[in-house]
Amino acid sequence: MSIASTNGHGLSTAVPVATHAKVDTAGLAEKVSIKNLEFFYGDSRALKGISLSLYANKTTAFIGPSGCGKSTLLRILNRMYDLYPGQRATGDVIFDGDNLLRADQDINLLRARIGMVFQKPTPFPMSIYENIAFGVRLYESLPKAELDARVESALRRAALWDEVKDKLNANGQSLSGGQQQRLCIARTVAVKPEVILFDEPCSALDPISTAKIEELIDELKQDYTIVIVTHNMQQAARVSDFTAFMYLGELIEFGATETLFTTPKDSRTQAYITGRFG
Amino acid sequence: MANASLATTSPRYARRRRRNAVYKTLAWIATGFGLGWLVLILGILLFHGVGGLSLAVFTENTPPPGAAGGLLNAITGSLIITVLAVAIGTPIGILAGTYLAEYGRHDKLSSVVRFINDILLSAPSIVVGLFIYEIMVAPMGHFSGWAGAVALAVIVIPVVVRTTEDMLTLVPDTLREAAASIGLPRALMIMRIAYRAASAGIVTGILLAIARISGETAPLLFTALNNQFFSVNMNQPMPSLPVVIFQFALSPYEEWQKLAWTGALLITVTVLALSVIARSLTSARKSS
Repeated sequence: MSIASTNGHGLSTAVPVATHAKVDTAGLAEKVSIKNLEFFYGDSRALKGISLSLYANKTTAFIGPSGCGKSTLLRILNRMYDLYPGQRATGDVIFDGDNLLRADQDINLLRARIGMVFQKPTPFPMSIYENIAFGVRLYESLPKAELDARVESALRRAALWDEVKDKLNANGQSLSGGQQQRLCIARTVAVKPEVILFDEPCSALDPISTAKIEELIDELKQDYTIVIVTHNMQQAARVSDFTAFMYLGELIEFGATETLFTTPKDSRTQAYITGRFG
Repeated sequence: MANASLATTSPRYARRRRRNAVYKTLAWIATGFGLGWLVLILGILLFHGVGGLSLAVFTENTPPPGAAGGLLNAITGSLIITVLAVAIGTPIGILAGTYLAEYGRHDKLSSVVRFINDILLSAPSIVVGLFIYEIMVAPMGHFSGWAGAVALAVIVIPVVVRTTEDMLTLVPDTLREAAASIGLPRALMIMRIAYRAASAGIVTGILLAIARISGETAPLLFTALNNQFFSVNMNQPMPSLPVVIFQFALSPYEEWQKLAWTGALLITVTVLALSVIARSLTSARKSS
């Protein structure tokens, strides 16, 4: 796994501002830039002044104990919270120069550009083929042959093609849990997003399926910017280039994964990654 | 092992076993009592109804007193009125149920609509008949098949609203989020994903609504009334099985009474078939 340069050291006066290890950003393109982000469930503040960058073609992991806000942060990136009344975000989330929090944002288009894979596999109640073609047809009208090719390449991308090529008309929900999750990845990839968000994608899967998904994430970052929320620190260490440690709605520490796991700057990060809480 | 033998001999355990036996017996008796009546009803229905079953029932119209005949006009009328009632009531019911489950789940309006729908669900059907009589039959000046269909539609609506809402609520939010995550607008998500996931349940609701209205008599007495001739004119009074049964069963003529039994058997078999289909749809959904 390639790890970005790790020459940073923490800012000692940074509390409550996160201790950002200086990341050598040379050669890195900032895909998403989060500035001063706050999030509210009704009146309760779930995220406090989050600022961090997501780099293109890199994998960033959000880790932290339950309730720390890592999933909340992820769900802001594709405005998933918009589905629910009483939830709102303030601050800036700049995605390719455009603040995705602005009120007149075309949310459906945004979600096509920032895809998401969920904790539990969520295949649509339709055939394997349709599960993938469905999303493609939303934005493009392709001739049958091209659509077939797109479905195949998406399934190959998700390392599922060989297992399902003879039963594309079978119901997507008839697959095993790990296969369903890869189907969901294929479905996301088929829409040709730029960023893919993974919300604890392996927590419902067995170790073998988990290994497959992790391998996949590593391959996908060649073409996409990846963000993964995980409560599994080993997983974060295995798949990510950058890691953000969150605690009680705050970003405690952000830096190159290797640095964060070997020489954490904050005592809370240290305590968490050594398993003393969470 | 020592513990087990202690348990089987302890007076406390023996008492519990005795009490269990008593309550189990009571439960059996209660179940037998309930089922007994059902068996009795079906038995008597079969006993009186099967004898009258013949081709003539389906090919001849209701006879004048003292003559032989069939139920053709009543069966046709019932079919037309039921199909129309479902055609009117189902779209309204599904749309309202969709609003409650998808758009207005947290709205104040929804809880009001839900409450009113529950009242409508348990409203006596004769009230529905009187209501349609007032707003349709009286202004039009005559009974009609249309009025009958609308009256039954009013009974269909709350059943479909309820099942549609319940079934859509059962569709997990994760599926909605997944649909949203590929940029699917809400309306498309409902039509292409949520309806598909809930389809078996929604169809079951419609079947149960049909089962419910196919035996309704009171609302039709005030609306479609009856017609002893074959008629497909929706502007005229229209015969239906339940009303014919009601009229013939109360008559002193033996042929009419016999036809009433046969008609009752036909309705019962239809409702039974619908319930079985509805059941198998739901269990197919669960096992998949």
